[in-house]
Parts: sequence; structure tokens; C-alpha cells
Amino acid sequence: MSMPTYLGMPPFPDAAREAVADTRLRRNLARATGTIRERRAAAVAELADWDELRECAKQIKDHTLGHLGHYLRMLEERVTAAGGVVHWARDAAEANAIVTRLVRETGETEVVKVKSMATQEIGLNEALAEAGIAAVETDLAELIVQLGDDRPSHLLVPAIHRNRAEIREIFRRAMPSAPADLTDDPAALAEAARRHLRARFLAARVAVSGANFAVAETGTVLVVESEGNGRMCLTLPETLITVMGIEKVLPTARDLEVFLQVLPRSSTAERMNPYTSAWTGVTPGDGPRAFHLVLLDNGRTATLADAVGRQALRCIRCSACLNVCPVYARAGGHAYGSPYPGPIGAILSPQLRGLGSDVDASLPFASSLCGACYEVCPVAIDIPEVLVHLRGKAPKKPSERLAMGLAGAALASPRRLAAAQFAAGRSRRAVRRLRAPRAWTDTRDVPVPPAQSFRAWWKANRDRT
Amino acid sequence: MKIALFVTCVNDTLFPETGRAVVTVLERLGHEVVFPAGQTCCGQMHLNSGYPERALAMVSAFTGVFEPYDVIVAPSGSCAATVREWHARLAARAGRDDLAARAAELAPRVHELSELLVDVLGVTDVGAAFPHRVAYHPTCHSLRTLRLGDRPLRLLREVRGLDLADLPDASECCGFGGTFALKNGDVSAAMCADKVAAVKSTGAEVLCAADNSCLMHVGGALARQRAGVRVAHLAEILAGTGEGSPA
Ligand code: SF4
Repeated sequence: MSMPTYLGMPPFPDAAREAVADTRLRRNLARATGTIRERRAAAVAELADWDELRECAKQIKDHTLGHLGHYLRMLEERVTAAGGVVHWARDAAEANAIVTRLVRETGETEVVKVKSMATQEIGLNEALAEAGIAAVETDLAELIVQLGDDRPSHLLVPAIHRNRAEIREIFRRAMPSAPADLTDDPAALAEAARRHLRARFLAARVAVSGANFAVAETGTVLVVESEGNGRMCLTLPETLITVMGIEKVLPTARDLEVFLQVLPRSSTAERMNPYTSAWTGVTPGDGPRAFHLVLLDNGRTATLADAVGRQALRCIRCSACLNVCPVYARAGGHAYGSPYPGPIGAILSPQLRGLGSDVDASLPFASSLCGACYEVCPVAIDIPEVLVHLRGKAPKKPSERLAMGLAGAALASPRRLAAAQFAAGRSRRAVRRLRAPRAWTDTRDVPVPPAQSFRAWWKANRDRT
Repeated sequence: MKIALFVTCVNDTLFPETGRAVVTVLERLGHEVVFPAGQTCCGQMHLNSGYPERALAMVSAFTGVFEPYDVIVAPSGSCAATVREWHARLAARAGRDDLAARAAELAPRVHELSELLVDVLGVTDVGAAFPHRVAYHPTCHSLRTLRLGDRPLRLLREVRGLDLADLPDASECCGFGGTFALKNGDVSAAMCADKVAAVKSTGAEVLCAADNSCLMHVGGALARQRAGVRVAHLAEILAGTGEGSPA
């Protein structure tokens, strides 16, 4: 249950303070999320049966999670029967060890990668690097992050915090094949990346991917993408290693009917994503000759045991919740201290990793509970509900416990509340000068308590008893 | 009709004029308002801050106090949402099945002010006058939990002399979020700044909402900036007679 690259991250409010002050980041994020937000809304509005699709997606996921062991065993059986090899990894360390061993057995020292959240979660690239194996990201945005020695800040567009000018600088610095006169024209940037990657694709003998879905009944694994770079990785190399969270399994191929509609519309605001790759084990003379499927737990069964929190496992990583989140748009993705940023990260990381670290304990509070995320989530994860639930479990400062205890005591009886209101009304000026928390008074005036509370007014003017 | 007022602890303590305005509007429409004296708080602050046991005590008290009434009104979107969406759930999770059943039975009788007026009493013209340019901020719980839709706007459109402004990005959160404003002060202030800018861009003189906690937040920033925009709860505008200050 670890995400090794994110050890020692500061609590969310500290990281967010820096991000809020970063004017370039604010502008990049506001533009990018604002655009996709509107396009998603339009793509969803096209479907008259969106609410039913969403309900179906939710129910299929809940059914599968309720019988997860059954469907995973079925998946293992079908993948094995189709010539694949299935591995079970309890945590990040086990998964990394399995992948490292598999790559070593091929004798290769470079692998090409399909964009994958699961391998980000376990810190696979770093683990491979320690073993002397270079992992080359082939998704354009992921490549920008990798070349910039940076961290992803968005599920779908990991380099969303970068603008074109920054990307040009990164390419010039870290991409040997980039032309000296590279401009920040998107077509020129894409062409430079294409040249850089083409050599890698043609040389690669091992690819590592994640998975969007796996069909238990057939043993079929799927990756959906926009660029086609994933398709290259999935078809050209001799060995394919897929790392997949255990919650990605679906019972039947028919279930894809629902998910292949809701995912692209929620994610890229497209009716259909350009590339959907699906493979079942190995096929002689077509694609990789060896296929390994690593099934990753890494905190998922623990999450499944929580009746309220388990709905986070329905997530299909579409990133719609990030794009509508007012907190994400201002704090940026890095503040969430994990490859899972935004609202979903705030409920997923503290469950997968536990509430032990500073950043994880702060994540359930990194939301105003405005509910915009829940409204757009295609699998209807009630993110505010899970946030509130996790707040109940999160450690709290003694001073806060005391304050909430006092407030609770005052609100426990109308007599005590009236006494507190009377005291506040008698010392209005004092209350005004009282040191309210700076976090409030820095930018906002404090209301002055009225001389007479409502209940006192009622008693004096309306009470007939 | 006899209507029990759940004024909410925030309004009771800090914004009594809102409670008085509700009384004015409902009495003007010929209804009887009662104020059950045993009431305190819906438990929202404790629930949202991670103290569900303390919130549960308030669920229990609230249910006991309001159970005898058929129609209950709360001039706060987020408090009405807490009662309707959370009370029974909290009780059920704590294994208090009896309380959960009572809370579930009570929930549909608790209405936010615009719901009471439009859905229960069937009025949109409450006989108010308020000759000012007003922007309406829908607030998150009113919009996404209660789904008030255009009810508040329908009420405002009937107010004599009121010039209703279109608020850009109205559905975006103001950044209050209870203790969020303190725990994540920087992000909260950044959100508030954008809301203030949107409000100012409308040229409105008054910012209106169905929740005083959000208004306290945005209003606190407007006041700090001497922005020349004041805030008023929906109830206060609906109580307006066009002469002097309402209620
Ligand atoms: S939580 Fe929902 S909206 Fe957010 S990424 Fe997951 S599926 Fe998409």
C-alpha cells in the first residue's frame, strides 16, 4: 500500500498555498479545465439516456465489486487459457518486483510504456530505473512530464500544468532529436515528439501498459486512448506486461457497451475515442508473443471492506471530476501528493495508503463539498459523502477537538445556546476585535453578532406561551 | 397554514433579521408561524468537520423537536439539505434504526424557503417590493443537493422594482465550505475572489442567496474591499416593502 515517489509530501493546504500564488499555473489550469468542462457538458447533453447509462455503469461496477474474487478468478482462467500469464501482486513492491523480473528475463534494458495510472501509483518507472531498465513514456503528455523530470498533475493530461512555451523548453532541453528552431506551435511540438518516439517504438521489444477494462468472461484486456501511441506499444513489441488494478475487471463483453459510451464523453468529451485496443492472451503471428497480466491490490481490498468508501473503486479515471473542481483548478494536481489528483484523489489516496501521512490526513478536507464532482461522475461516486466519511476517521488536532466540543456543548441545548448568544450580544465590540482566525480575516470581514438573537426577539415579540 | 420555523443556529445567532423576514413574509401571506423553542442546530458543522457522533446527538434532538409539525421551513439551503439528505443516513449508520426511521419520515416535511413558497404554498408573488439591482448566487447545496432550480429566481422576478442581474459562472462554489474556509484558507480565498469579481461585473447593488453562511463569506470579502455591494438573504428581499430596510 505505498506510492513510493510521494513520501514526505506536505499537507494539502501548504502545497496549495504555493500553487495559488503561481500565476502561470493558475492561468494554465483555468484555461484547460474551463474548455474541457464545457465540451464534456455538451457531449453528455447529446445523450437522452445519460442518466440511465450512468446508473447502469454504477450498478455494473457495484455488482462486480460485490463478487470481485469470482470475476478475478474467471479472468485469470480465461487469460491463462488464451496463452497469457497472470500474476498477483499484493502491493507496489510486489508488483514492481514482478515486472522487473519479467523485463530482466527478456534481457532488455529499455521498455516502452502506454500511459497508465496503475504504474504511476506503484512508482514502476523508478523501480525499473533502479534495476537499470529505462522506461520510456509514449503518451505525449506523460512524455512531457517525464522529460521535464516532473510529476503528473491530471489523470488524463498529466502535463496540464504546462503551456506550449514551457513544453518547447522541455523538449529543447531533454529531447536530443528536437530541432534547434523548434517553435511552440502544437503541430511542431507533436512532430518533434513523433520523431523522438518513432525510433523507440521500432526498437522496443518489451512494452508495459495499464488497462482500462478487462472482461472476465473472455479474458480480454482493453486500453482506450486518443493518440495511437498506445496501439504501437501494444502491437509492435514481443513481450507485453500489463499492470491492472483489480477493480478494473468487468463481467461480460456486453458491459463495454455502457463504459465505452460514458468514458470518452466524460473524459475527452468525444463520442468515441480514436483508438480502442483489445487483446485476449496471445495470438500467433499477430502482436506480442508473450503477455503477462499483473493484478494489483495495493490497498484495494482494504478499501473494499469499507461500506461507504468502497464506491471509490467504481472510478474509471475519466477525470471529469477534476475538470469541474474549483479546488483543483486553483490548487493544481501536485498538491494532492499522489498520481491521483482532484476529488477522486482526495478520496482514493487516503484509502489506498491510509490516513497515516500528513498529506493523506489532509486530503479529506481538501474540498468545499460543493458537489460538482458527484454531479459529473459517470459512475455516480458520491465523492462528498466519502470525503465526509473519511473526515470522521482522520486524525484531528487537540485544539480543534476542543473547539468542536465546546461548540457541540453550546448547541446541545437551547438554554446553553441562548446563554452563549446573550453573552455574544453583550460584548459585540469585543467579539469584533476578538482574534478570529487569520485564514478568514486576511481577506474577509467578520460579522458582528447582533444585540438580540432571533430566539430572544421571538420571545419578546411573538411568544404567546 | 401552521408552519414551524427552523431558523438554524447561524441565523438565530448571527442573522436574526433573516428569521424575522421569514416571519414577515409568511404572516403577510396569512399563515401562522411557530418557533419551537427546543431547536438548536441541524448538525451540519459537526458532520462536515468529521464529528459524526456529535452530529448524531443533534439529529436526535432535531427529530424530537420537529416531529409534531406537518410543515417545517428552514431559511438555509445547506441546513435543509443536511436534514433531508443526511439525518436518516447518519442514524442508520450508527445503528439507530428507530431514529433513522423517524428522521426519514420527518425529512420530506422540511422545506427550504423557496420550496415552501413555490411547491407547498403555490405562490411566486409574495407581495414584495425591492427597487434594487440584485444578483442571485445559487449556492452549492441549494443547487446540487436540494435542486432548487429556478424557484428562487421565480420568486425574485415577481418582486416589484427588482432588477435581476445575470451572474456569470453562477454555479461555481464561493469557497466557503464551513471549516474549509479556515483549513484551506488560500484556496478558499482564491475561489471567493473569483466570485466577488463575477458579482462586481454584474453591476448589482445587492447579492442575494438562500444561505447566509455563503453570504457571510462573499459578503465579508465584498465588505473588506469596500466593493459597494451588500448581501441580503432571499427572505429579506421577499419581506421588502420598498421603504427603508426590510423586516
Ligand atoms: S471519480 Fe468519477 S468523475 Fe472522477 S475520475 Fe473517477 S469516474 Fe471520473
